[in-house]
Amino acid sequence: MFETNLIAIALLSPLIVALFTLIFKNSKNLRDSLGFIGALISFYASIKISIGVLNHQSQSLFLFHLFKNLEFSFNVTPLGAIFGLVCSGLWILAAIYSVGYMRGNNEKKQTRFYSFYALSIFGALCVAWSSNLLLLFIFYEFLTFATYPLVAHKETEQSLKASRLYLGILVGSSLLFFLPAIIWVWYSTGTLNFVHGGILTNSFNPGYAPILLMLFIFGIGKAAIMPLHWWLPAAMVAPTPVSALLHAVAVVKAGVFSILMVCCYIFGIDFISETNSSNILIWIACFTILMSSIIAIQKDDLKARLAYSTVSQLSYIVLGGLIATQYSVIGSSMHIMMHAVGKITLFFCAGAIYVGAHLTKISQLDGTGKKIPIIYIAFAIGALSIIGIPPMGGSWSKFYLMMGAAQSMLTVVIIILIISSVLNAFYLLEPVFRAFYNLPKENIEFKVPQLVTIPIIASTGLIILLFFFYSPLLSLSMMVVK
Amino acid sequence: MIENLAIENNLPALQVVVPLLLAPIAALLTVPFLSWLVAMAGALFCLYSSITLFLKVSSGGTINYYMGGWLPPYGIEYVIDGASSFMIVIISFMGLIATIYAYTSLKFEISKNSQSKVYGMWLLALGGLLGLVTTGDAFNLFVFLEISSLSSVTLVALGANKDKRALTAAFNYLLIGAVGATFYVIGVGLLYSVTGTLNIADLTIKLSELSDNNAVKAGVSFIIIGLMVKAAIYPLHIWLPAAYTFAPTAVSVLLTATATKAALYVLARILFTLLSNADEFTHIILQWVFLPASIIAIFFGTIRAIYENDIKKLLAFSSLSQIGYITIGLSLGTASGIMASFIHIANHSMMKAALFMGIGSISILSNQRVKLNSLQGLGQSMPITSICLTIVILSLLGLPLTIGFISKIFLLKAVFNHGNWPVLFIIVLTSFLAMGYAWKLIEQIWMKEPNENSIKFIEKPSLYIPMIVLAFLNIVLGIYTFPVVNGALKSSEAIFWKVLS
Repeated sequence: MFETNLIAIALLSPLIVALFTLIFKNSKNLRDSLGFIGALISFYASIKISIGVLNHQSQSLFLFHLFKNLEFSFNVTPLGAIFGLVCSGLWILAAIYSVGYMRGNNEKKQTRFYSFYALSIFGALCVAWSSNLLLLFIFYEFLTFATYPLVAHKETEQSLKASRLYLGILVGSSLLFFLPAIIWVWYSTGTLNFVHGGILTNSFNPGYAPILLMLFIFGIGKAAIMPLHWWLPAAMVAPTPVSALLHAVAVVKAGVFSILMVCCYIFGIDFISETNSSNILIWIACFTILMSSIIAIQKDDLKARLAYSTVSQLSYIVLGGLIATQYSVIGSSMHIMMHAVGKITLFFCAGAIYVGAHLTKISQLDGTGKKIPIIYIAFAIGALSIIGIPPMGGSWSKFYLMMGAAQSMLTVVIIILIISSVLNAFYLLEPVFRAFYNLPKENIEFKVPQLVTIPIIASTGLIILLFFFYSPLLSLSMMVVK
Repeated sequence: MIENLAIENNLPALQVVVPLLLAPIAALLTVPFLSWLVAMAGALFCLYSSITLFLKVSSGGTINYYMGGWLPPYGIEYVIDGASSFMIVIISFMGLIATIYAYTSLKFEISKNSQSKVYGMWLLALGGLLGLVTTGDAFNLFVFLEISSLSSVTLVALGANKDKRALTAAFNYLLIGAVGATFYVIGVGLLYSVTGTLNIADLTIKLSELSDNNAVKAGVSFIIIGLMVKAAIYPLHIWLPAAYTFAPTAVSVLLTATATKAALYVLARILFTLLSNADEFTHIILQWVFLPASIIAIFFGTIRAIYENDIKKLLAFSSLSQIGYITIGLSLGTASGIMASFIHIANHSMMKAALFMGIGSISILSNQRVKLNSLQGLGQSMPITSICLTIVILSLLGLPLTIGFISKIFLLKAVFNHGNWPVLFIIVLTSFLAMGYAWKLIEQIWMKEPNENSIKFIEKPSLYIPMIVLAFLNIVLGIYTFPVVNGALKSSEAIFWKVLS
């Protein structure tokens, strides 16, 4: 009973934050601190839940029957525990950061912003802990619509256009491919529950499995597999806290998380490798990894470059699921957290540069390093983690991903991963080098609020911490496949 | 004898007779408020009786009521089974909600001296529709079809107080409706000439032996075409957009929620109960008339709605496409398809009624036709209406946790069971296209600043309370799916398995 309540607590706190934000819209300090408090509660509950999962205790919350044979209930899988930790944990930092950012920029309609911010976290947590595929789909769509006001926040013609593209691609792909795929599974197996080892074996015609998997991969547009990646760069018109938490963590990770759930708990990795379902898809993921890295190099806009880097990194995770060996899935699961921490740091830094001096282009950063050294050091550490260099957390997940590729003898994939790492290094470290080694063109004053700097330092610390204390994450990831 | 006179036992007749009897009273009272009270009393009674009947049917099975004690096939029979009891609950519930809304709305939209008469027509339409779905007699059905159509035409014509185009719309509706009714009665005549009976149950039995008879085929075709006019199935929909657009708002609400839905129900009855043994013929109609017509209707309605600037017209075109989804379910000819159709009949009436109410409130408060740009910044000037509208628009799009999603899931499952991949693709594609017109509204409402000349409107409780109820139901029934799903399941069983069992 106690464990049951934990899920309710973790889910209710963002929901209550969303509601109370609207109620207390006139007392600014109270309104702005709600997110932080809710995040702390939610994170505490997530940790408890994850410890429970590690100790093999079943963590579930049954609410009611949506249809016959289909429950509206939450059940925490090891993968869900990882994703839940990432969302609620990074929400703490993002809650502090967004207050600093929104105040520093004097953004309008802040109440709506905070409210939907919390609502999006609620959606992401529900995605993480859904007990069946239809419920996951329900909250997947919920998340899309809950983030819409955040993307369109500026209400300019440009942001409205971008948010239309955002909705169009995400909703379109999910309606055209994801939903039919779900109905197909439902029709063939009679169930949609997530079961360890998959539900398709023996009840689904293996000949059609590649088509089904393709429907899922392209239906889950949030994972930004090419050519469905357009929405992610477009969504960068949103304020940076949104890009940081949602379009580097909650939303896109909900996408790759859903793909991993489909691979591990609907197909089952054995079924994927037996039926060779992922043969073509692996190359599409590889193509995405390389192509988006190449595009990223050409982007001068810092946030756009980070967005394309995200597209490329998401495909790492998808790739791990598609290779479908034990190591690759472990690598993918770990990469969900490692990439999240690294990328949120990078976005925090990009936002700090914007708040500080309203700079958005990399070419404008020449010689600004001495003004805000902490921000650039944090940026460098985040970049190194994403490149996969020890002692940063990101090195572990990349290591396991390569092990996975080696396990299934995909030498070309290993080579692609290495090339991509080199490209990563090139385009992610460029801003830092420019800032420290180039001469300043003009004197720019930086004013970075404290509330923005603190979360950056915290998340940078987390990157290094995750390198040394990775074992709980590793054991959770191993539970996904064993 | 005394037992026979108890109200409980005569509900099948009373739920039709009471509104019909109250109609002249409402029309003769000169004070609009009193007339409205009479209409409310009628609507409340209908809701009470239909819920009582629904509960009775779900516990005790089909009720056959014989008018005046005359046994069929000579007397008129009323059949309350799983399907018709579900329909009367929808019609009387939506009727009540629309009546609540009607008072304030009609006060603004119709000249004072015709307001009382409106409620007379209103009750006639309500009684007619309830009779339409419960009667078990083919000719009696025609009578109710005419009662409901003529009263609806009158109601539409009353929109002329605000916009003279309502008269043309009503005239078109009258002419096309009359042609439809004539077709229906010709069909019934042909069937009568062959079988010598008008009782639907009796006809079913007689027709099962005559499935190759050409007169029967012709008669059934006439009947179906006649009903397709009433149900506004493409290409016989032409009366609908104008009628919905120019009718007084409350009338649009009533018509969209009940009138077309009742006709669709009767159509399902004819197709699957009356023709239950003429498999080949039904199959041809479904496959070559209903399916293509529905698909065209969906595309046509959606695309016209995307390019429409007048919001009421936009909603009318959206109705057209939504009717297409209902008929796609029917055209599958399977029990799950019919179930999906019934779910969407119930759900769509709740969504569209709420949408018309919302747009109507805006037009009443701003005293003008609602164009796309008059929605600008509505989120700030009319928050309650805006929130309700947003919920219902999301429901119309089939967003999860709303009733629209339930409709979509069941329709997709039904199509999947049928194995019709192209149709499945068309449904998901068009429900994506629907975002084109729905999102326009959301953007205008929430993402734009209010017009300079738009004052802060004071929202009226009598206008927004019915809308809140519907918006609330859109969410609650989307989560607690049992009532609608179960009702639709019972309906499909009643319609589909009646003859088999």
